[in-house]
Amino acid sequence: MNPTLKALLITLALVVAGALIFPSSYYFRVGSLIWINTISVTGIVVLLGYVGLVSLGHAGFFAIGAYAVAVLPGYGVPSGAALFVGAAAAGLLAMVIGRPILRLSGYYLAIATLGLGMLIWMVLTKESWLTGGPDGMVVAGFNPRHWFALVGIKMKSTEAWYWLTGLVATIGVVLAVNLGNSPWGRALRAVHDSDVAASSLGVDVARAKVVAFAISAVYAAVAGSLLALANGYITPDTAGFMHSVEMVTMAVLGGATTVYGAIVGSLILTALPQVLTFVAEYEHIVLGGVMVATMVAMRRGLVPALGDLAHRLAMRGRSK
Amino acid sequence: MSELLQFVLSGVTVGAIYAAVALGFTLIYNASGVVNFAQGEFVVIGGMTAAALIALGVPVIIAAPLAVIAGTLVGIALYRLAIKPAGKAPLVSLVIITIGASIFLRGVMQVVFDKQIHRYEGFSGDDALRFLGATLLPQSLWIIGGSFVVFAALAWFIGHTHAGRGIRATASNRFAAVLVGINTGRAMNLSFALSAGIGALAGVLATPVTFTSYDAGVLMALKGFSATMLGGVGSPAGALVGGFAIGLIEAMTAGYISSDYKDAAAFIVILLVLFVMPQGLFGRRTTERV
Amino acid sequence: MTLAKLGACATALALLTAAPALAQIKIGASLAVTGPASFLGDPEAKTLRMLVDQLNASGGINGEEVELVLYDDGADPNKARTFATRLIEEDEVVAVIGGSSTGATMAMAPLFTQAEIPFISLAGAVVIIDPVQKYVFKTPHTDKMACLKIFEDITKRGMSKVGLISGTGGFGKSMREQCLAVAGEAGVEIVADETYGPGDADVTPQLTNIANTAGIETIVNPGFGQGPAVVTRNYAQLGIKLPFYQSHGVASDSFIHLAGDAAEGVRLPATPMLIPDQLADSDPQKQPVVSYIKDYKAAYGEAPSTFGGYAYDAFQMVVAAIKAKGSSDSNDIRDGIEETKNYAGVTGVYTMSPTDHLGLNLTAFRMLEIQEGGWVPVE
Repeated sequence: MNPTLKALLITLALVVAGALIFPSSYYFRVGSLIWINTISVTGIVVLLGYVGLVSLGHAGFFAIGAYAVAVLPGYGVPSGAALFVGAAAAGLLAMVIGRPILRLSGYYLAIATLGLGMLIWMVLTKESWLTGGPDGMVVAGFNPRHWFALVGIKMKSTEAWYWLTGLVATIGVVLAVNLGNSPWGRALRAVHDSDVAASSLGVDVARAKVVAFAISAVYAAVAGSLLALANGYITPDTAGFMHSVEMVTMAVLGGATTVYGAIVGSLILTALPQVLTFVAEYEHIVLGGVMVATMVAMRRGLVPALGDLAHRLAMRGRSK
Repeated sequence: MSELLQFVLSGVTVGAIYAAVALGFTLIYNASGVVNFAQGEFVVIGGMTAAALIALGVPVIIAAPLAVIAGTLVGIALYRLAIKPAGKAPLVSLVIITIGASIFLRGVMQVVFDKQIHRYEGFSGDDALRFLGATLLPQSLWIIGGSFVVFAALAWFIGHTHAGRGIRATASNRFAAVLVGINTGRAMNLSFALSAGIGALAGVLATPVTFTSYDAGVLMALKGFSATMLGGVGSPAGALVGGFAIGLIEAMTAGYISSDYKDAAAFIVILLVLFVMPQGLFGRRTTERV
Repeated sequence: MTLAKLGACATALALLTAAPALAQIKIGASLAVTGPASFLGDPEAKTLRMLVDQLNASGGINGEEVELVLYDDGADPNKARTFATRLIEEDEVVAVIGGSSTGATMAMAPLFTQAEIPFISLAGAVVIIDPVQKYVFKTPHTDKMACLKIFEDITKRGMSKVGLISGTGGFGKSMREQCLAVAGEAGVEIVADETYGPGDADVTPQLTNIANTAGIETIVNPGFGQGPAVVTRNYAQLGIKLPFYQSHGVASDSFIHLAGDAAEGVRLPATPMLIPDQLADSDPQKQPVVSYIKDYKAAYGEAPSTFGGYAYDAFQMVVAAIKAKGSSDSNDIRDGIEETKNYAGVTGVYTMSPTDHLGLNLTAFRMLEIQEGGWVPVE
């Protein structure tokens, strides 16, 4: 099957399946968080999985999206338009800062992006006249319920948010798969394997990196806007170092080489803390333990490892 | 004049702490190519263990070495239980394992110790030393001295001992190292033990000044990582210089420009330095696998 | 969409078939038990657990058992919002206590308003109750009140030129802004204004700049956590002799422990909880303060903090409202809380009204001074 169509069907099926089995608004709420994370982590997959670049500052782009929908409506920009402004701003910033930063490699790139994210976090924390400071700010009401009502579908707001985030995540996943299989995507993957080899094949390596960086920044910003609107409240913690680390962790845990890894990683690390509330005192122990054990057992992440396993079983079945 | 001196002393105190934490990153990186994000937890384990023992009435001269040993043992456990079994996992997976380990260790400390903030008296008391109108805590001298001793020991160990050369050889080419008869497993084990011990020592020395709590490791790792990268990852001299540089930048910015943006100044300097010197101040030119 | 409805039907079925257990009153809580604000959330959670156990041991409320559903939001507004949904939808609580931090509180408040569930926050900022929201209350004094109380004491001592050194966390930043805003009306002038990060190990540059400011008479340090202890130690290290004020954010014995001798002479506005033995027998707060401290020590082997006291008062007001109304319906509880009159808690004496969802005034604060490692009232 065409990989793009396959991605569309799989993601859409997951969105619908969730809606079918969720018994209450609370599940829909967690579900929409999973899809919001899927969006930002898909951006990480484009950057890390396709091109092999580690960023520890994507929470900064996430927060640009979040604060765009929080701040701009106060100046007369509608929330929907603010989302696009935030995404454009994040993409633009990534392009501008990407040129000098992306000459760095490995951990040096990690610390440079970390610094960028921290600078964004600091501005959001200090400039409280604009952002409300560390206590955060209210995000003007926006409810996708009304959109669904326009086409005659009535549902609770948590359900509406679930469907909206699920659909945006589907679009994001499909676009990322499409990108990965385009000539451009093959150029990006060539960069992943070797800068030198890629450039000898005629790939503009610097440009490829900047474009991937900007694309992943836009993914993060869109996710940030959606989270801010869904929560109705936002604090600078969204730009924090730990949030950047969390995004990369989700990608690697699920398997950074594939967008399905983004979905699985988001699912596990979003749902697990909710499951673990009954052992509240030991939550960190279990969470950390699961992360270590998963990475030890499945070194390239869950999805690639399970894919290998399925492949091996299929081979064995055939040889019999 | 006394103002400037006070800012310098503040920067040196804080810088020495960052340097001590940064030095801990060096060995593990040299042996494995992994920047260990659980390094901050080693610092906290050192501080919390010492604080708990001292609170029980154990004299600091016994509590301090015990705390360093505790950190070392945890470092060995981290290698044996999490890094070694992961074998030839991609580097980014190994880094995520260290992040998982840091969350795990935070959880353990929250249960084993508590969630309170802890501190104990400085080794030579808490009365400030005064000169030329500026002041310094005697504990700062302990931290500064400690970071220089660790630096000297580390530089000697990596450059001049058989085990140290083994660690370097393991990092640059594990396969070749095996071929020439180096026990790479032992080299890795040793580097985790020593790195953790250095981290715990940093915690033991710094806690009278910084205080400590079960979740203080994130900030420690963040500052230590920044210092490491500014100096050039893997270089003991880089860690030392990077740590002091960041401490001084923060203090000078707080003193002369704006305390609100002192942390921002440190990151801006890091970015500017990396634009000019992509391997940090003392980094080697190597190609890295990701 | 019919499919989603199917799911809803399944839940309804499950609810119908589940046999109603003992009559229970479910009270929810979302607190920062871990994370950067855990020194708030930890004693708050312990206090709630202890009070629920006590209440049930003595027969519950009107014969009904109370069940506490407590989640750890780590002061993360995003987590708090999810737990708020969970408390409303899954746990079906009748009232909620919590939000240790302002961010978590503000993220949860709209959900409880929509679900018509009374919500008593334990966070400091004034925005929580101003403007008043029908279902949102809070028990801690506002940071604005702390500023006024400190400035009142400063002017009483004949001083007016103040240097501020505030933490950059939510508490310090919010209180700094309130202090700047009310300085004029309180008759003081802010002549120096410095900040420090929550994890900073040394603030001597900032303090040096403040001490060198021309005409400065006193220093005020809004902040909580370990920051104020570091500031106090650095203040002593530099040998600064100006009168020094801390905020209610450090009103616990652990501050004296962490700051050591450097804390001598420091003044701060605090609740009577720090001075149980020095309260007059006629003081309406004496009895609750003494019994809370005794019970907490018995249960956990450590003294409670002011922050646990916020949870104590919130819980007692919820219980009082249920008893007074003879109903555990959320709207009745809300009305009951709003009708609270002269409730003498451990934090202060509360009188709520439709226009005041905090119910405390400046008299709830006592100005204390640290002398010989203990708390002494200065009034």
